[in-house]
Amino acid sequence: MATEPDIDVRAPSLLARARDSDLWFSFTRSPVVVVAASVTALYFLAALLAPLISPHNPFDPGSLVYSDAFTPPAWVEGGQATYLLGTDDQGRDILSTLIYGARISLLVGFAAVMLSAVIGITLGILAGYLGGIVETITMRAADVQLTVPGILVALMIDGVVRIKLKEWSAGGGFIGDMHETISLFVLIFAIGLSDWPQYARVVRGATMVEKGKEYVQAAKVIGVHPLFIMIRHILPNVLGPVLVLATIGLALAIIAEATLSFLGVGMPPTTPSLGTLIRIGNNFLFSGEWWITFFPCIALILLVLSVNLLGDWLRDALNPKLR
Amino acid sequence: MLSYVIRRLIQAAIVMLVVAFVSFSMFTFAGDPVNNMVGQEASQEDRELLRERLGLNDPFIVQFGRFVVNAVQGQFGLSYQLQRPVEDLIAERMPATLELVAVSAVLALAVGIPFGVMCGINRDGWFSRTLLTVSLVGVSLPTFVIGIFMIYLFSVTWGLLPSFGRGPTVDLGWWSTGFLTTGGWLALIMPSITLSLFQTTLILRLVRAEMLEVMRTDYIKFGRARGLSNKAINFGHALRNTLVPVITIAGLNIGSLIAFSIITETVFNWPGMGLLFIKAVEFADVPIMAAYLVMVAFVFVVINLVVDLLYFAVDPRLKIDTGAAVGRLS
Amino acid sequence: MKMTSYALGFGLAVASATAGLTATSADAKPLRWASQGDALTLDPHAQNEGPTSTMISQMYDSLILRDAELKKIPGLATSWSAVEPSVWEFKLREGVTFHEGQPFTADDVVFSFNRALSETSDFKNYVNSIEEVKKVDDFTVRITTKGPNPILPDQITSIRIMDEEWSREHGVEKPQDYASQEETFAVRNTNGTGPFILTQRDPGIETKLKVNDGWWGWGVTDPKTNVTEVTYTPVANASTRVAALLSGEVDYVLDPPLQDLKRIDAQPNLKVEQINQIRTIFYGLDVGADQLRNSSVTGKNPFQDPKVREAMYKAIDVEAIKAKTMRGLSFPAGIITSPGVHGFTEDLDARLPYDVDAARSLLAEAGYPDGFEIHLDCPNNRSNNDEAICQATVGMLAQIGIKANLNARPKSIHFKALQNKESDFYMLGWGVPTLDSHYVFSYLGASDGSWNFTNFSDARLDELTDAMEVETDSAKRDAMIAEAWDILKASNVYLPLHHQVIAWGLNADLELPIVPNDSPALRMAMWK
Repeated sequence: MATEPDIDVRAPSLLARARDSDLWFSFTRSPVVVVAASVTALYFLAALLAPLISPHNPFDPGSLVYSDAFTPPAWVEGGQATYLLGTDDQGRDILSTLIYGARISLLVGFAAVMLSAVIGITLGILAGYLGGIVETITMRAADVQLTVPGILVALMIDGVVRIKLKEWSAGGGFIGDMHETISLFVLIFAIGLSDWPQYARVVRGATMVEKGKEYVQAAKVIGVHPLFIMIRHILPNVLGPVLVLATIGLALAIIAEATLSFLGVGMPPTTPSLGTLIRIGNNFLFSGEWWITFFPCIALILLVLSVNLLGDWLRDALNPKLR
Repeated sequence: MLSYVIRRLIQAAIVMLVVAFVSFSMFTFAGDPVNNMVGQEASQEDRELLRERLGLNDPFIVQFGRFVVNAVQGQFGLSYQLQRPVEDLIAERMPATLELVAVSAVLALAVGIPFGVMCGINRDGWFSRTLLTVSLVGVSLPTFVIGIFMIYLFSVTWGLLPSFGRGPTVDLGWWSTGFLTTGGWLALIMPSITLSLFQTTLILRLVRAEMLEVMRTDYIKFGRARGLSNKAINFGHALRNTLVPVITIAGLNIGSLIAFSIITETVFNWPGMGLLFIKAVEFADVPIMAAYLVMVAFVFVVINLVVDLLYFAVDPRLKIDTGAAVGRLS
Repeated sequence: MKMTSYALGFGLAVASATAGLTATSADAKPLRWASQGDALTLDPHAQNEGPTSTMISQMYDSLILRDAELKKIPGLATSWSAVEPSVWEFKLREGVTFHEGQPFTADDVVFSFNRALSETSDFKNYVNSIEEVKKVDDFTVRITTKGPNPILPDQITSIRIMDEEWSREHGVEKPQDYASQEETFAVRNTNGTGPFILTQRDPGIETKLKVNDGWWGWGVTDPKTNVTEVTYTPVANASTRVAALLSGEVDYVLDPPLQDLKRIDAQPNLKVEQINQIRTIFYGLDVGADQLRNSSVTGKNPFQDPKVREAMYKAIDVEAIKAKTMRGLSFPAGIITSPGVHGFTEDLDARLPYDVDAARSLLAEAGYPDGFEIHLDCPNNRSNNDEAICQATVGMLAQIGIKANLNARPKSIHFKALQNKESDFYMLGWGVPTLDSHYVFSYLGASDGSWNFTNFSDARLDELTDAMEVETDSAKRDAMIAEAWDILKASNVYLPLHHQVIAWGLNADLELPIVPNDSPALRMAMWK
């Protein structure tokens, strides 16, 4: 499939350009995509405003009312209005935990995607533009990275950091609640690092095409600095495919985070993400407290599906051949 | 030809060497293994003795060399947690994982290709569109959610399928198989579906995209112009040309099936390498982690190599870049 | 080609679900069971840990066994008596052979006791009153204790007998050194005299036993079981375990989650058995360290202040834990041992009241009005809902300003961390196989107690612990036990939580007496 978007028309204002663009047209034409975009936007908003809009703070153990544990959703018999979607085994409000959990999911997803995109784009442009030894090393490194599936890399990094933490605390270092913060960084790092070759390969391909074009040749001839060419001329032209990759990457990263947390090597139960909550709720599936696992599952699937739908649409919309 | 083969072999060896280096540095990074092996009461002398015996006082490069030499012979030392040779542990659990992966791979291809072709041929039909949307849902469902859901439905609610383990196995001496018993097959159903779902949807979408691409090529247009039947065009020409890249990528994905089986095995308590690995991560059992990493990488590299060489044999003109194909896939 | 499947494996049971369940009444049948965590080792003297002992006791016998009421019954010894105040004589059973055919004699008993006494043994506390074990003749053994020891017969119910010849042949004369993760032949191979014979051992995956048709005890201690084969599978995930029971893939789950009992009981082909367990769950506080390993307080150890310990005690709402996490299946505890253990009284078991305000002011008086930060170490696969209890505790301590960072890990890591003295504040559960308080003091109270990770040290308690072991006057001895309990209880170095209730989930056709030590004796299992 083409990795080469050739849409670069200078037009009056950004807004007008956006409104006139093919992208906007195809967007408004597909109700599914509009819904997906709205849902995604809603998640983002909720995640951003979590402390303001969520009824409780599920991450503050002192604020939990343990005797309210296992309260069913408000509309079920025994439910309370303060806990719209019920509470979990520690008395955490499920709705608030979903909001905070989505915040973690999106934070990890975004940061991981940014990390891999930045690494991938940088290496990809350098490799594509400079060629030679830089290209060989980058692409071989990508080969190595691709020989190990992402989830495995994430688990490895997680495992090693655990050992380090244990050693540190045994050596007298005080970790405190850094465990939670560290878990977050480990997840971002682990997921982000495993995905950069995708970006590098695509960007390298696009860069090589762009490099051969006349305007770049011309810029070269008049002695524009290579760095300037790469940033000013080539970068904007590779962003299309990168955007597609990043959207799909976001969905994959969210799933990866949930999976690691589900496996028990992600977010700890004191600051649960959606995956952690599903893992906990799984224990109460047979005993009738279905809401602990059901709502996080739905929330996770809805989020990932929306992002995937957006990614799918973007890919088709940005691929001129498929119109 | 020969020079190409040699070049590819060297490249593969370098990749493996780098992976081995990463695995080995895990040991170094994970700190003094002696601390993991002796109690707090052990004297400094005992520790020193053990260090010497384990060769931890040798220069880094010597230790790495030894690691590589041992790894080539399939030796990865003793597991910290279980105190048994890692290669034995892996060998015991390998049949379980490989049987699961094999069934899943077959399932993914057998479902993904025909449906992909269908969607490709009939791009705008309602069936294709529905299938495509459904497949997107498939990609969006985390493996563990599917697993939990299936256990709840098929094991607990309806009591149709076993919820955990491999069922009865037959020991062939060097391989324990679940293929020879009904119980073994029943136990395979849910885990293999769970594991294959993601790959199935990927293959479906890939086949569809390739079909669409091929359908636009000139020779298909010529075919139509010449009045060849739709069947002949679709299956005789289009599909054949689609399948080459599809098989390549499907092959590579067997590697990721092995890695993803970690999740499936956890959900279904499937006694394979993934379960061993996830426990190793929990217990910071570096030898097992390192061995597993090297092994998965090895599977990837071998498949990659075989595919490349096959390509080369089939069409020497091809300047191949399978990597680009992988990049496009995920 | 060896078939390791069984005639009525779930393949068949699934194919004809109801037929498989009902057709075979009174027929010989395999027994499939599951629990959370596997035995840590099969070396009979390496790890004094519940699930490990349970597994080992199916294959190895002791001189004295226990019946379903935990009363002592003759095992490999047919009779025993104190011939002198500090000499016990045991008459051994004749004609008993080990699984591999070696005859059982007095030499094996002497060897096994010496093995249990050796440095790497985890059963030293059961036998360290022993001065000497002597063979009188092939079927008589005399045990001389350092002073009179009235509870020796209780203590040695946990000492399993190995074959001397076999142990020497395989170089396992000494127990596996578990703390340093030694691997020996005895870790994965067994040769006992017990009712079941090990046929397959894959640690963490599956353990298979077959019935020992020639066991000496059939018709003596128990009627011959109709269980032909036993398959044990550790299933870490609680809901997978319950799913397996609900769908009929296992016949018996030792530790179904409390929240699922109702569901299990409601299913016609399953039943739930319950009994009060002799096992108490509590927290330990390290009062020995000059400074905690993980705390915001540096330069001193806040746990050394009795007010801090009392504040933490009073901040824990154990009734709420009972109501929510334990689903009513626990008894809030005032001391760290359970009803049924000699020395336990209702008065001792009274708790300090749950009082958050009092706890806050105690903490302020101690000089921590804003609380402090600590680490709490917990197992996540040992006792009922252990991780959830710890999480609830974190929330309750937060109410008085103590921020506890939870570190929940699998039991094998948790215990190793405790044994390596890496924890400030930890959860532990304790059962009492000897059913006597001395056991608790010798492990948890005495300053040299091998599971006393609080580093609590009280000269009087040490003195009492030693004295009660050799005191034969039961009134005097009871007074010692009472005094010892007062000391330990008043110290609050242990914060008691509750006594556990055991609940097993079983196939309705399986008769297996539930025992208060949560250690099923499969020799008593019988298919209806």
